[in-house]
Amino acid sequence: MGQQISRRSFLKGGLAAAAGVAASGIPGSAAVAKPDETQHLATLLDISKCVGCEACLEACSEANADKYPDPQKPFPKMYPNRVPVEDWSDKQDVNDRLTPYNWLYIQHAEVEINGEENELTIPRRCMHCVNPPCVKLCPWGAARQLENGISRIDSDICLGGSKCKKVCPWNIPQRQTGTGLYLDIMPSMAGNGVMYKCDRCYQRVAEGELPACIEACPEGVQTIGPREEILKKAHALAKATNGYIYGEKENGGTNTIYVSPVPFEELNKAIEKGKGKPHLKPVKDTMGQANNLAAAMFVAPIAGLAAAVGKYYKSTKNSQ
Amino acid sequence: MSYRQSNIRAISLPSRWFYLTATFFLTLTGFGQMPIFKRYYIADIPGLGWLAEFFTTHYIHYLAAILFLAFAAYMIVDYLALKRKSRKMTATGYVRAALIAGMLASGLFLVVRNLAGSNLAADFIIFLDLCHLGLVMAFLFVSLYCLIFKKQWTTVR
Repeated sequence: MGQQISRRSFLKGGLAAAAGVAASGIPGSAAVAKPDETQHLATLLDISKCVGCEACLEACSEANADKYPDPQKPFPKMYPNRVPVEDWSDKQDVNDRLTPYNWLYIQHAEVEINGEENELTIPRRCMHCVNPPCVKLCPWGAARQLENGISRIDSDICLGGSKCKKVCPWNIPQRQTGTGLYLDIMPSMAGNGVMYKCDRCYQRVAEGELPACIEACPEGVQTIGPREEILKKAHALAKATNGYIYGEKENGGTNTIYVSPVPFEELNKAIEKGKGKPHLKPVKDTMGQANNLAAAMFVAPIAGLAAAVGKYYKSTKNSQ
Repeated sequence: MSYRQSNIRAISLPSRWFYLTATFFLTLTGFGQMPIFKRYYIADIPGLGWLAEFFTTHYIHYLAAILFLAFAAYMIVDYLALKRKSRKMTATGYVRAALIAGMLASGLFLVVRNLAGSNLAADFIIFLDLCHLGLVMAFLFVSLYCLIFKKQWTTVR
């Protein structure tokens, strides 16, 4: 299915074909007036449409199975002893939380809508932040952000230090011990496996296809398209349904926008949270604080230069 | 007393302490970008728990870098405008200056990388990360050598 979500597919199909596809109303694809690979692609998730059938989850596992870890056992003895072994290889069927073998799961929330008790189901995975701390703060460059906004972890480079998980406001990446580059370096002293998370099917997207979870959804819960356009759709949907938006401003903005019929504060209270089960709380811009100093970093040399010139002027004047 | 006679010292005591303090915090928080302080119990030492907080070390690294950049600009202009007539750079001074220049350049690229909307190539980012770390390691070894063998940045002409 050649959706108009990348310039490659756009060039292949041409403007007319792209417009035709858009007009045909294929579920999950947003009409893209100006396809541009340099523009972030965002997904809109209409929570009210999700029935919790887990078709997305199954499709995700099927599409990404070849990327899942295949750890070597026994694991190397790690020093010091406090370094935790995280092994999910014998629990690959766990699907009620995020694991290295389960990059998407369904959260359940019992909430009241118009006086009636309802169960909402929410697909949860990586939010693909606009300025992702997992990518920006990875000390090795193992996590990377593609031009289309997808953030992914390169399992060939990742050492499994889990910093990305700690700096992620939702603690999304999950570690599998006993696999990856660290085994070839100093397996006892540094590293601890590889971190795994949703890469929004970047290879499929590069080929102009939809991410597996979007394509498989029978209810059309998710829509993908340029972020600006997805935000417009999200606001229109929220306005039409008296709904609420999550992901637009969280962590400075994400490329995953949820629209819910109930406030996210209520949803956050209703969902089960914990390890591998992300919250729905408001999130400040984690990269913003340090980035506010960036301008000062470029001004600082001027201040130093001015101080030195002042000293030079003074010494010249004194020597006269 | 002329300026040349009154400023034989290579660097004033406040400047020296400023340099050492900024370098110390830059190195400490720089290494703190790797997940090692918690693993190796250093963050367990009372008062050093912040070394395991990545956003804190990241922020302090930026603050120290701002001070160091201002200091570096000051020292360069001070040397070129005032001290060059009486003092000259030593070989180890040039080596350290080159290493610092490399660290500052790669560091500034990494600052740009961290901004929203930056679009540096993934392989270039890996190069920057390794380059920044490699230069710091080299700088530390050269600084240790200079400390042991009492090598100064400049000497009297």
